[in-house]
Amino acid sequence: MSLTPEIGGAHVRAVHDEFHGDLLEVSMGPHHPSTHGVFRMIVTLDGETIVKLKPVFGYLHRNHEKLGENTTYLASMPYTDRLDYLNSMSNNWAYALAVEKLAGLAVPERAEYVRVILAELTRLLNHTCLAGFLMQDCGCSGTPLMYAFREREKILDLFESLSGSRMMCNYQRFGGCRVDPPAEWLAGAQRLVDGYSAFLDEFEALLTGNEILMARTQGVGRLDPALAVSAGVAGPMLRATGVGHDLRKVDGYGVYPRFEFRVPVGAHGDTYDRYMIRILEMRESIRILQQALAGLPGGPVMDPKAKLRGFRPKAGEAYGRIEGPKGEIGFYLISDGGPNPYRYRVRPPSFINLTILEDMCLGHTVADAVIILGSVDIVLGEVDR
Amino acid sequence: METVEQLRDRLLARFPGASVTVISNPSPSAQHSLLLDHAHAREIALYLRDEPALKFDQCSNVTGIDWPEKEITETTKVTVPDPAGGPPKVVAQTTKRREPGYLEVVYHLYSLALRQGPIILRLRTGNRADAVAVPSLTPVWRSCEFQEREVFDLFGVTFEGHPDLRRILMWDGFKDHPMRRDYAEPDDYEWEPTPHGDVLAKAKKHYPEKPAAEPAKEAKP
Repeated sequence: MSLTPEIGGAHVRAVHDEFHGDLLEVSMGPHHPSTHGVFRMIVTLDGETIVKLKPVFGYLHRNHEKLGENTTYLASMPYTDRLDYLNSMSNNWAYALAVEKLAGLAVPERAEYVRVILAELTRLLNHTCLAGFLMQDCGCSGTPLMYAFREREKILDLFESLSGSRMMCNYQRFGGCRVDPPAEWLAGAQRLVDGYSAFLDEFEALLTGNEILMARTQGVGRLDPALAVSAGVAGPMLRATGVGHDLRKVDGYGVYPRFEFRVPVGAHGDTYDRYMIRILEMRESIRILQQALAGLPGGPVMDPKAKLRGFRPKAGEAYGRIEGPKGEIGFYLISDGGPNPYRYRVRPPSFINLTILEDMCLGHTVADAVIILGSVDIVLGEVDR
Repeated sequence: METVEQLRDRLLARFPGASVTVISNPSPSAQHSLLLDHAHAREIALYLRDEPALKFDQCSNVTGIDWPEKEITETTKVTVPDPAGGPPKVVAQTTKRREPGYLEVVYHLYSLALRQGPIILRLRTGNRADAVAVPSLTPVWRSCEFQEREVFDLFGVTFEGHPDLRRILMWDGFKDHPMRRDYAEPDDYEWEPTPHGDVLAKAKKHYPEKPAAEPAKEAKP
């Protein structure tokens, strides 16, 4: 039996022939633990094979964009923490970047370095959690997830000591960062980064070559690179299909062009590649962090000309995006010269990455759909907004 | 990368009869956009995707904007001859005109192959009430599928040619479009039509009807 069934229509069979009988429609979620929150999918099954899958959204919808239009620019910053609540530092940066584009603000060099350090720590945190959750979805209950959460807690401790909150950091500002990281904090970050490779070695020794993991994930949920590009898939999901597209390289925002790092790409676009890409990206993040911590310049972390109170950018619009841990997170803002944005739009990577969920799951079993969804890496706070 | 003006000229040369207008953006980001007409929108989108020199293979972001009807007050100075025969007077005259409202859909395109972008496309509806259809670009870029559904759900733009145009974030029984500027929250959220109303009505069939309430006993003296 082949572990790699064709994606597409090959396994979609006639609905009511005598051999297959009736199809079964199963509503998975919104309270199913494998759906990472309140995601729901209506799965049509032929025996155990998925012939149709329709995601249903909106259980966590609170119209984030309307909230953004009804508050000032700065007051939206803490709301962005709640989008993808694992990666609030990245969300803050994406929003700050869009507003800086809109208002033409400059960012001091030290703040750019601090942003890179925090964004890469966030990437470590997100990818570690993802690997843990993916193992949980595979049925490896507990151990890898607890190892991952142990490391995550160390990073969250750093975030808490810097911003005052573990997850809702609210740290970036337009034109810089809120507080200057003190020397002790930087020493703590350095200790964490130095020790992270050892954790990854341990984690990989446990998982990467594991035969059960390979049997469960290799060839499962293949994604075609052309479809991935067309469907707007971004981030590790896109790179796992072999498309070497990383906004840190392509846009070169912030001070990323100064750092030396590689962009890992996959070869098969299956679930195992998506897992592996994240592990390799963490290795590259450690390299970036080492360079950023070594080269951190002195100076202010806030542009002295940037205004926090009474901030009114001139009329116009801007779209700013960064490479978040889940993919391209962008903010589209329209200003009419007032204190609130006229239009505030989030480009949510988790939501758009789900466009091709059905294409990846067709022909697989329900158990495979769970790990395919796990490898997409969604956070419902961002999907439903 | 070509400027927006060059791209407009290229599109106009390629598609005679199409209407392509540059909408300039005064902010420092200088991300100008192209307003397309409905009849040629999909052809132009296909051209932008497939032309080797452009290759905008990813539609990254799709969103809607609501521009309600605006009342614009203009003050002009008019010279009026004096009926009494004196020298003509200069009088300030205020005129009010109404600018009709419309809904707008914005597409941000990037080229992964050539690493360029963004190109921003805009489509406008005729008004905000009955002419709210624009052509769907989902057949061109798959990423529009959920995002156009979201614009339909929250703004009420209908996309012609969309394979599966349903509400996505709000529930199916919801009536209004909450991202419109004039959306009013209901006073009583309990009243808001939810699927529960129908479900409860159906459930009633399973229970016997309650007997009519007995007349209240007379109060003891």
